[in-house]
Amino acid sequence: MKSAPFQYRRMETLDELLGALAAHGEAASIIAGGQSLVPLMNLRMARPELLLDINRLTELSAIRVEGDTLVIGALARHAEVLQSEAVRRHAPLIAAALPHVAHEAIRNRGTFGGSVSLADPAAELPACCLVLEARLELASLAGRRFVNAADYFLGSYETARKDDEVLLAAHIPALQADAVPYFQELSRRRGDYALAGLAAHARVAGGRFDDLRLVFFGVEDRPVRAMGAEAALAGTDGTDAAAAIAALDTDLEPIGDPQTSAEARRHLAGVLLRRAVAHWTEA
Amino acid sequence: MEDALDIELTVNGARVARRVPVRRNLVDFLRQDLGLTGSHVGCEHGACGACTVVVDGAVVRGCLMFAVQADGAVVETIEGASESGRLKPLQDAFHARAALQCGFCTPGMLLTAAALLAREAAPDRATIREALSGNFCRCTGYQAIVDAIETVVNKDGGND
Amino acid sequence: MTDGSGLGAPVGIDTPSPRSPRLLAGRGRYTDDVAAARVTHAAYLRSPYAHARIVSIEMSEARKAPGVVLVATGADIARHCRSWCGTHDLFPALVAAAQPALAVDRACWHGEPVVAVVAETRAEAEDAVELIVVEWEELPAVTDAETALSGPAIHEDLGGNIGFETTVEAGDVEKAFAAAHLIVEERFHFGRHTGVSLEPRTILADYNPAEDSLLVHQSHQTPHQQQDLFARLLGIPEHKVRVVCPDVGGAFGLKHHLHGDEIAVCALSRMLGRPVKFVADRLESFLTDIHCRDHEITARMALTAEGDITAMAVEDLFLIGPYSQYPRSSVAEGNQIARLCGAPYRHRDYRAHLRMLYQNKNLIGHIRSVGHPLAAAVTDGLLDRAAGKLGRDPVELRRRNYLADDDFPLTSPGGIEFEKLSFHACLDRILEMMDRPALLAEQARLREQGIYRGIGLATFVELTAIGPEYYGGGGQHISAQEGCLVRLEPSGMVRCMTGVTDQGQGIDAGIQQVVASVLGVPVEDVRVESGDSEMSPYGGGSWGSRGAVLGGETALRAARTLRGNVLELAAALMQCDASALDLRDRNIIDVQSGQARMTLGELAATGHFKPYSFPKDLQPALAVVEHYASRDRLFLAGNGIQASYLEVDPETGFVDLLGHWVVHDAGRLLNPLLVKEQVRGGVVQGIGGVLFEECLYSPEGQMQNGTFADYLVPMAAEMPDIEVDHIETPTATSELGTKGAGEAGTAGAMGAVLNAINDALMPFDARIYETPCTPDRILRALGKIA
Repeated sequence: MKSAPFQYRRMETLDELLGALAAHGEAASIIAGGQSLVPLMNLRMARPELLLDINRLTELSAIRVEGDTLVIGALARHAEVLQSEAVRRHAPLIAAALPHVAHEAIRNRGTFGGSVSLADPAAELPACCLVLEARLELASLAGRRFVNAADYFLGSYETARKDDEVLLAAHIPALQADAVPYFQELSRRRGDYALAGLAAHARVAGGRFDDLRLVFFGVEDRPVRAMGAEAALAGTDGTDAAAAIAALDTDLEPIGDPQTSAEARRHLAGVLLRRAVAHWTEA
Repeated sequence: MEDALDIELTVNGARVARRVPVRRNLVDFLRQDLGLTGSHVGCEHGACGACTVVVDGAVVRGCLMFAVQADGAVVETIEGASESGRLKPLQDAFHARAALQCGFCTPGMLLTAAALLAREAAPDRATIREALSGNFCRCTGYQAIVDAIETVVNKDGGND
Repeated sequence: MTDGSGLGAPVGIDTPSPRSPRLLAGRGRYTDDVAAARVTHAAYLRSPYAHARIVSIEMSEARKAPGVVLVATGADIARHCRSWCGTHDLFPALVAAAQPALAVDRACWHGEPVVAVVAETRAEAEDAVELIVVEWEELPAVTDAETALSGPAIHEDLGGNIGFETTVEAGDVEKAFAAAHLIVEERFHFGRHTGVSLEPRTILADYNPAEDSLLVHQSHQTPHQQQDLFARLLGIPEHKVRVVCPDVGGAFGLKHHLHGDEIAVCALSRMLGRPVKFVADRLESFLTDIHCRDHEITARMALTAEGDITAMAVEDLFLIGPYSQYPRSSVAEGNQIARLCGAPYRHRDYRAHLRMLYQNKNLIGHIRSVGHPLAAAVTDGLLDRAAGKLGRDPVELRRRNYLADDDFPLTSPGGIEFEKLSFHACLDRILEMMDRPALLAEQARLREQGIYRGIGLATFVELTAIGPEYYGGGGQHISAQEGCLVRLEPSGMVRCMTGVTDQGQGIDAGIQQVVASVLGVPVEDVRVESGDSEMSPYGGGSWGSRGAVLGGETALRAARTLRGNVLELAAALMQCDASALDLRDRNIIDVQSGQARMTLGELAATGHFKPYSFPKDLQPALAVVEHYASRDRLFLAGNGIQASYLEVDPETGFVDLLGHWVVHDAGRLLNPLLVKEQVRGGVVQGIGGVLFEECLYSPEGQMQNGTFADYLVPMAAEMPDIEVDHIETPTATSELGTKGAGEAGTAGAMGAVLNAINDALMPFDARIYETPCTPDRILRALGKIA
């Protein structure tokens, strides 16, 4: 399985990248870690005419805290994000999610931005961005813009990023101090894509659920926020999760594959939700 | 004519300069251009670990990097790691415990195990299994490999 | 210590494989590592359809593409390579169609190779494949049992899709079932899977037009078989075909078959007059590597009220590809199941009805433990069901029904001759090892907390070291006899060349140990070479757990003959009787005093360089070849039992493997360390089949999971530690007393895990007999999803 031919250019500056993107549009693909892109290229399922290698744009790899906001650069390697003290403190959900991402060798090269830009339906980081209400920072020759995570993930491998744009960073606003993360994915082997996963945050104020964010991944063609389940739990003490689980029937339209049916995925989503609620009420 | 680029990198301690097709991946470059056939190709989609090499100090999948991306990098393959002697305790333990059979996954297993031991002084069996979870072995069923790594862990812990 | 009849150390001693130091250093030499001057690379256009007529092929653009040196259709290849037919003379009822190397008029499975492109690089060959335009006419595809039985014949002249049908019968099954107190019946569905060697199928063919010779390097188990196949099918004189199998990165039976895309490479090399290399990538591996285990089995067991098994009846629909594999035919999996169901138990009434059905899917052949895992899973699965219904302990039911030591020798209802098996001893031992009472107590305690654990056992019989009657009688050019050359080097080192091959099993080590023991030298003084049809004595290579048995026995004979020659020469030099001398610690010693009289090296150097030192009529024969074939025994049967302890999460359907035990009887063990590791690897491969692995086809016959992302193989984090112990019941049919061991782990793993899952599900009155037991299937069995 050898990749189809392509032209390759190493980008030395961000401006050079933006110019190339403007000139070539959808004929070009950005390669950072390549851990998702290169398998697709080797399988000839992805056939960019031009590969723009951004690994030298090291300024994009910074992980920093700006006031109340955690900024994770698109080029930050998963391994770096996993080790980052700032991430552990400001976004423990991401720290909890990353050990589930593939395996060490993949995490050493794969990047935060790559995972978010690829938007695989079973990927962990897009789900975390949705929960954390991240703002994705995009740049093009026309300038910079921000897209809310809720508007960013449009479908299977489809995001709001235009062909002439590059993702620069995810800006993650601080959560309330008492927000409790929950991350769980059901995968048949360590590092596999999830059959169903739940990335979530909740505050339990005075024994009652508040500010719930429930995002399921691996169930539909994109991470999806279960608003109905959130509403059913809001203000309750969590002892009866049945209504929330039932609400998943309207929140989710699961997609099946030859090994795991849509019904199984719907069922697993309910199990994850019940376990999350139990986790929060015990905490 | 296919697009090709000149690259310069360090492989197993030696400076190497070659002109390489841009779509040739790193493990194919190491095997075909440099004759370093100790790294193996098992899937070309990053799932099996047979192509594991060390780039700039980190274990990576050689099939998921294009050789042109390794320009300026420091690369170590099983040959270099073996000749440097840094794998000897693991190799001795693997040999004694019969932690390999056909040997195809073995270079990847050794480099991955060495990376684990470099960052964790005393991993337990579950941690060892997790660290190996991205390296496919069809022959051993993994237990002997875990045993061999555990032997090295215990030796280090006991004597240093 | 050596003598003429006994075999001491290092036979029976844990000894690491002599191959491992260089493999650990990254200095293995696998077929893709082999270089050849002016080598070219092949890629294939493969059928995207399960069944389609090839209307036209447009290749002009491909021929002009950069780097391309040759584009060849099935018709082109057919001019250089005859088609073949997977029949078997011992099964005259088996009907099969001729299979070409590449599809000619129509493609019969998704992935069948249709057009070959050879280019300077593999990447360029793949580029050119994309420029070929094939016009297809899709044909109706046979993709399940019903269509195979009632639908159109894939091959018209076969008259239907039943490739083979047979009934194995003993006693009176109908009468036994009529009289039964209890009948348990289940429908089993065993999902198709494949071998998945980490090193893909690889071949490098180098045809020399100047002398009409062919040199092939191939990742393969049976070099002599391949020499014969290439010679006959390509029309090249046999003695001018050489097949070298260097280091092989896993084989598991996969690599003893003939694959069309491999022999085509030989034809391409002849057409080009240049070496051609082909490495199956992972996608084409999943599509076209031999598959295995696609069976729908309905089985019944009859028991008395006391729990005696009186009869068993099995109906096996065996779903293969459009062709019977070559050269051994596809029949064996079904045949073994038909003959091995119920084998450990004492009933005499038995019937197995097998129908082997052609389909438009990839070919089915022999992957590790051919049929055995299914026979064990079906038999012990029914037994556990019966235990549940009778309210009896499954262990006690086994004890009650097992063949006892004094039942042997016997011929089973399935028609297999058993010399002596050790079911009771293995059961006793495994119960000690697993501490079943503790597990049962833990299971009961945890059930009350809503945690569901299961304990499952599976008894297995393993047929090994198949005799030449099966192949010669089958009209097949497969050598089940073995050859071994042993040569004493001038320095006193020993070179041994064997006809068996080693893909990691450790056969080399076993042979090293036998030779070292007989010649009184340390193992490191013996170097074993194999895998070269030209240099290795004619033999069979590796398959069906034959290496230690046949290769070992042959090495024993060769080493003994050489020992005799050495002692005769030494006796002549020392002017004493050969019986007064022995070989020990690299020395020729005086038996009485134990004194070393001369070193083996001195004797060897004298023989090689100063042969005039010996009497005129005594020529130093320091190299010896012996051959050995078993007689009058078709199989050597081993046996064993496995146990699995696991937890099923009834909410998610996920299975967590907590423990696994194996007690195995493979007769005398040459090398316990390596045998145990073979068992462990086999267990995990069996776990793959029962929990993870399946080749999935759409109703239209397209394979849907061709990468490691969606074909799941067992990885380290999910596998349990596996405890292994051995009972040794030597066979009297050979001097070594060894039985084959390589497939035992796979033989019982499926049944043990399946029974454990069903044990865990018992409180829910749920059952699953469909493999792999995916979370989806377990949730369905539990009624959690519709």
